[in-house]
Amino acid sequence: MEKTVKVRSKRQFMKGYFVVFLVLLALFVFMTFASKNFLTYDNLYNLARATAVYGIVALAMTFVIVTGGIDLSVGTNLGLASMLFTLLIEEAGWAVPPAIIFAIIACGCIGAINGVLIHDGKLPPFIATLGMKTIVRATILLISGGKNISIHNASFNNFATLTIGVPGVDAYGNETTLGIPVMVLVWVILIVISFFIFRYTTFGRNVFACGSNVNAARLSGISVRKTIYGAFIVSAVFCAIGGLLSASRLRSGIPTLGDGYEEDAIAAAVIGGASMAGGEGYIGGTVVGSLLIATIKNAGTLLGFDTNVTKLVIGALIIVAVLIDRFKKH
Amino acid sequence: MQSEKKELARMENISIEFPGVKALDQVSFNVLEGEVHALVGENGAGKSTLIKVLMGVYTPSSGKLFVNGKEANYHTPAEAIAHGMGAVYQDITMATHLTVGENFFLGHLPTKGGRVDWNRIYKDAQATLDDLRIPIDARTPVRDLTIGQQEMVSIAKIIHQKANVLVFDEPTALLTNEEVEILFHLINDLKARGFGIIYISHRMEEIFELCDRVTILKNGLYIDTLNVADTNEQKLVQLMVGRSVDDMYGIEHTQPGEVMLEVNGLTGERFHDISFQVRRGEIFGMFGLIGAGRTEICRAIFGADPYTSGEVKIAGKPVHNKKPLDGINNSIAFLTEDRRKEGMCAVLSVERNVNLSSYPLISKHGLINLKKEAQRAIDYVERIRIKTPTIDYQCEHLSGGNQQKVVIARWMCCQSDIFIFDEPTVGVDVGAKVEIYKLIEDLLKQGKAIVLISSYLPEVMGLSDRLMVMYEGKQTGLIERSEFYNSEGKLNEEMVLGLASGIKAAEQEGA
Repeated sequence: MEKTVKVRSKRQFMKGYFVVFLVLLALFVFMTFASKNFLTYDNLYNLARATAVYGIVALAMTFVIVTGGIDLSVGTNLGLASMLFTLLIEEAGWAVPPAIIFAIIACGCIGAINGVLIHDGKLPPFIATLGMKTIVRATILLISGGKNISIHNASFNNFATLTIGVPGVDAYGNETTLGIPVMVLVWVILIVISFFIFRYTTFGRNVFACGSNVNAARLSGISVRKTIYGAFIVSAVFCAIGGLLSASRLRSGIPTLGDGYEEDAIAAAVIGGASMAGGEGYIGGTVVGSLLIATIKNAGTLLGFDTNVTKLVIGALIIVAVLIDRFKKH
Repeated sequence: MQSEKKELARMENISIEFPGVKALDQVSFNVLEGEVHALVGENGAGKSTLIKVLMGVYTPSSGKLFVNGKEANYHTPAEAIAHGMGAVYQDITMATHLTVGENFFLGHLPTKGGRVDWNRIYKDAQATLDDLRIPIDARTPVRDLTIGQQEMVSIAKIIHQKANVLVFDEPTALLTNEEVEILFHLINDLKARGFGIIYISHRMEEIFELCDRVTILKNGLYIDTLNVADTNEQKLVQLMVGRSVDDMYGIEHTQPGEVMLEVNGLTGERFHDISFQVRRGEIFGMFGLIGAGRTEICRAIFGADPYTSGEVKIAGKPVHNKKPLDGINNSIAFLTEDRRKEGMCAVLSVERNVNLSSYPLISKHGLINLKKEAQRAIDYVERIRIKTPTIDYQCEHLSGGNQQKVVIARWMCCQSDIFIFDEPTVGVDVGAKVEIYKLIEDLLKQGKAIVLISSYLPEVMGLSDRLMVMYEGKQTGLIERSEFYNSEGKLNEEMVLGLASGIKAAEQEGA
């Protein structure tokens, strides 16, 4: 008398962000015809390199958004890691590895403080991270004296842009390595880690449960404290990694680094199907969202649009993405 | 008699189709002046759809509407209101930060010389409230009112809008027993004034207490319209469910085993000196009015809230659960009262909701065994017949009964020995209710100790082996099943209600 249960719905592939993926695909096809410079190795290489750090920050943001929160301090965490690292090796004379570890731990602490303020202080995430953002940015400006500081360690400076691949010839006939820059590789590794956390770990499940219904999660024996702390610490650590990559790419510590990054990060997550109400979000969606934003910016440059026109398009895209989501649900 | 009453509204052969579903198929329904006409059926029977047609939300694909004997053609809620239709919905929709008076005039505030005429607003609103003998000041912000008072206000608002057909959709779902009484009083008063009232409820006893006629819908089809006086609960349930339910609460009781849960002198903020024991294979009922402290006791035992003194023993061992995880590890499952707020993760899938409290059992070093996760969900969906298209379907789209089953499955996954059910059948239709009772029966057979909190007396008396009655945080009675019946062999509800309202307690103190 019982029907066997269908296990999965049919369209599991890119559930939640398939439409966005199609938009990205369409944009790629369109740009291939619209600009002969688009589908070239050099452009795609630059596109990937420009997306990497934004992409990492968007991953960080996704963890927090799924808990039902928001992390406005992502950009300043990025800046803090890069400036701390620069000061430690340039002014304090530290070696690179301990300086990296210190910068990551310092940002992890900022994440933990965010967690304490939100879970134990019961502050709305918006307010807590807005305050932390302001405090951290001021700290960066104070410790750096507001100046750019150059990094003189050559092997560190070359790390992020180092290309892993095969020898070849670039568009101008110069010998070069054709492949993937390290910073993109780091992004890919973090995507895989994030995907793994969301899919296979109890922590990942708890993040969704807390975001969906924090009372139900608590009464189901889930430690809300560990989950909220965890999400903000993961966010801060990811940003620290992004900050170190930026420092390497820019070969200096820049006090304003990361300013406004939270906007693109939120946009990427939301376009990728994350719900600001919590409990919903997709790593794949965030990646596609990040790529879409970066590609729009790239397309704007290639087609010679004003950057403000590009911003206008991105803004409209955020609204449309959320509207489509609403429409699908009702 | 009835033929003399004027017909206020009639719906004739209404059909409406949604993609893939025939929601209503040739349904007819009418309401007369001065009557309360109940509309009953399981979830999905088409009650809400029919009401939405009447309220102008849906336009039927065929069928006719008559208002005061004349054919009416309206397609929007505003037109329906203009035709004298008014509805009070389950979740009352009002602007809670505005005053009662402002809510009455929302969208068409009267003005005088270009400024809002506050005097008129409050005078008019107050006049309606006073006329209905609702003791509320029109200047009170709605958020300061209890749910019960808010409901009164929304009734008054509809009457103020000159409605003469009033629809009540599950009006008692969120009310305390006292508030229900006040509401019934008001409905009877409205009936006497000649309003036509359509009453939707899952609670059978309300239909027999309040209504004159009852129309039964099933799967979008019209089944029958009966005079309430000519029918009884069993007949009605049979028509709604389509099968005979001799006794909904007729579950098989087992011989109780050893004591599983023991509570001695438990005292907390909202309860004092509570002591009881629950054995394996036994249903221990807790009855009391809202605020009597039943939920609070169970939350304290489980570890969701603290308690100040007293002792909890599980299988003879003293335990002190400080957080829900402690309770779960000490073999307690706690099905909360408020499914939306505390039970279900609405946007998450059936699969994740089923596994929510037992991930540690299917994980190693924080890594989940995905096969086991899916298998558990499939097992429970089949075993307890959760109606869902797939296991990755979002819970918020399931019916109330199926949502409740998902939450029950979650706790069954924990393989606990003690199950606390806090109002397990609230907002659940009759068919699903019976299935939930069956699940409780299965748990009994497995030798689980069960604590059942319910505000619905026939349910808690029908199922429990023993019953604790509470009044204002104190335990006023502990009754064995053999004492449930009076000399005529009927359930002695008066005795239990007496204990629950503190009458006996006061007598004892005086003696």
